[in-house]
Amino acid sequence: MSRLEAALQDLRTLDTLATRDNALTRRDARAQLLVTLGFLVTVVSFDRYRVAALLPLVLFPAVLAAWGEVPGRTLWRALALAAPLALMVGLFNPLLDRTPMLGLGALQISGGWVSFSSIVLRVALTVSAAVILVAGCGMPGLCAAMVRLGVPSVFTVQLLFLHRYLFVLSGEALRLGSAYRLRAGARRLDLALYASLTGQLLLRALARAQRVHQAMLARGFDGELRTLDGLRWQPADTLFVTGWLAFFVLVRSVDLPLALGRLVTGVLVGLLAGLGT
Amino acid sequence: MHMADALLSPATGAAMWLASGGVMAWSSRQLRERADDRLVPLMGMLGAFVFAAQMINFSIPGTGSSGHIGGGLLLAVLLGPHAAFVVVASVLTVEALFFADGGLLALGANLFNLGVLPCLVAYPLVFRPLAGAATTPRRTTFAAVVAAVVGLQLGALAVVLQTVASGISNLPPGAFLALMLPIHGAIGVVEGLATAALLLFLHRARPELLDAAQSGAARAPMRRGLAAGALATLLVSGVLSWFASSQPDGLEWSLAHAAEGEVLPPSSPGLHTRLAALQQRTAWLPGYGWPAAEPGTAPATAADAAAATPKAAVWPEVDATTSLAGVAGGALTLVLVTAIALGLRRRRTRA
Repeated sequence: MSRLEAALQDLRTLDTLATRDNALTRRDARAQLLVTLGFLVTVVSFDRYRVAALLPLVLFPAVLAAWGEVPGRTLWRALALAAPLALMVGLFNPLLDRTPMLGLGALQISGGWVSFSSIVLRVALTVSAAVILVAGCGMPGLCAAMVRLGVPSVFTVQLLFLHRYLFVLSGEALRLGSAYRLRAGARRLDLALYASLTGQLLLRALARAQRVHQAMLARGFDGELRTLDGLRWQPADTLFVTGWLAFFVLVRSVDLPLALGRLVTGVLVGLLAGLGT
Repeated sequence: MHMADALLSPATGAAMWLASGGVMAWSSRQLRERADDRLVPLMGMLGAFVFAAQMINFSIPGTGSSGHIGGGLLLAVLLGPHAAFVVVASVLTVEALFFADGGLLALGANLFNLGVLPCLVAYPLVFRPLAGAATTPRRTTFAAVVAAVVGLQLGALAVVLQTVASGISNLPPGAFLALMLPIHGAIGVVEGLATAALLLFLHRARPELLDAAQSGAARAPMRRGLAAGALATLLVSGVLSWFASSQPDGLEWSLAHAAEGEVLPPSSPGLHTRLAALQQRTAWLPGYGWPAAEPGTAPATAADAAAATPKAAVWPEVDATTSLAGVAGGALTLVLVTAIALGLRRRRTRA
C-alpha cells in the first residue's frame, strides 16, 4: 500500500473515531481547538536544549488519546509519515554541536544529541496532538469551531468540500493508477501519458463539480452554505480548558521531572547514608 | 518541503501565521466580491484533484526517480490566484491535521511557502507575463517551468530563513541553502513540466475551460494591487522573522541574556548568542543540584571548585548530579504518564 493510500485509510479511521460518543468527543470542538493550540505553543516555547522538562507534556496526548479511544497504531502511523523531515534536519545537530552537556559517569552527551532528542520529542508531541484533535472533533466540528472563532467561512466551506470529495477523487486516482499498471506491465509512465491520465482525472473532477453545483442549485443554494454546527459550551468545557491550560503553565514554569528526580535521588542518598551509619 | 513544528520557534511561527492569515482574509474578501457561486464546488473538487493527482507519479527518464504536479501553479491558472490560495491552504490544512505533515503551528509558514509564494507571487509576476495571451506549447511550457522553479526556490529560501530564525536546528544557513536550493530547482523543473503537460492536454481537450479561467482571472482585481500585496507580505514577514531571529525564544532568550550579562560580558556576538541558552541552563541547574552528596567532604572535585566562581562554573563543566537527577526524573515522569494512560484505557475497556 502506498503512503497516500495508508494515509487515506487513517483519515477514514479518524472520521469514524470522531463520530463515537466518548469523554473526548463530548467536549466542545472550540475547547479542544483552544487547548490543542495552547499545548502546541507550550511545546515549542521550550528552549531547544530541554528534553526532560518536556516529558510531563506527554500526559496531554496520552490522556486525550485514552479518552478519545484513539488507537496507538493510528498515532504511530501519523508519526512515521511526519517525522522524516524534522529528523533529517535535526540529525545535523549532533554533528555540528559537540560540546558536552550531560554527564553520567564516564558517558558524556553532547549538546547536539540533547537538542536532537528535544526535536524528536517535539515531533512526537505536536504530531499526536494534531491527530487527536481531529479524532476528537472530526472535520465538520473543527470547521464549525473555526467559524465561531473568526476564520473566514470561504475557507471553512472549502475545507468541508475538500474533505468530502477527497475520498472520491483519490479512489479514482488509485483505480486509474492500478488500471494503467495492469495494462502496461513493466512500462513506466512517461510525461505524455501522465498528462493524459491526470488530465482525464481533472476533466472528470471538473464535470463532477458542475453536476454538484447543479444539484446544489436544485436544493436552493444561493451562494451561502448553511450548516447546523451543534456547538454548545458546557461548564465541563470551561473546566477542560482551564485545567489543561493550568497544567501547561505549571509544566512551563516548574521543571517537574528534575524536581522529582532530585527528590528520589535525595531520598536514596539519605537511605544509603542511613544504612552506612 | 513542509516546515515542521519541531523546528519552529513560537515567534517565527506566530509571524508566519500573521502573514498567511492576512493573505487569507484578503483572498476571502476578494472571492466574496467575485460572488461566483459556481466556485464553491469547483474549488472543493480541484482541491481534491490536487490531492488525488499526487498519487499518480510519472517516471523521470534516466534518474530512476519520479515526479508529480505541485498544484499551486495549476490551480492559479484554472481558478485565479485568490481562489488558488484558498484551495492550497485547505489542502495544506488537511495535510497538517490528518497526516500531520508539518503541523499546526507550522501551518502559517507552510501556507506562506507553498501557497502565497506560488499562487500570489510566481503566478502573477512570472507565469502570466511569460505565458501571455497566446497558448503555444513552447511558451506555456517555458512559463510553467520558470514559474514553478521561481516559486519553489522562494519556498526553499523561506524554509531556510524560518528555520534559521527559529534557532532550533544547528544547521548553518549557508549549508542548508546549498542543500535546499539545488534539490528544489530540480523539483521545480519536474513540476513545471508536469503542470505544462497538463495545461497543454487541457488546451487540446477543452480549450474553452482555459479561456474562461484566464478571462475570469483577468477580470479579478489583480496586477498592481496583487504585486504590492505580495511584496508587502514578503517584507512584513521578512522584518518579523528578523525580529524573531534576534530573540529566538522570546522571554526565554531575554532571561538568558539578562542573567548572562551579570556573569560574563559578551565576547563575540555569534558565540554569545549560541552560548546564551547553554549559560542559562547551567546557571540555573546548580540550584537544583544534588544537595551536598557527601556531607562534610571538602569541595575537592573540579566541579565543586568551579562552582565557587560563577564565571568558571558556566562552561564546560558538566554537573553529573544534576544530569542524574534529570535523567531519573525524566524516566519516572514517563513511567507515571504511561501508567496514567494505561489506567485510563483499561477503565474505558472495562466500562
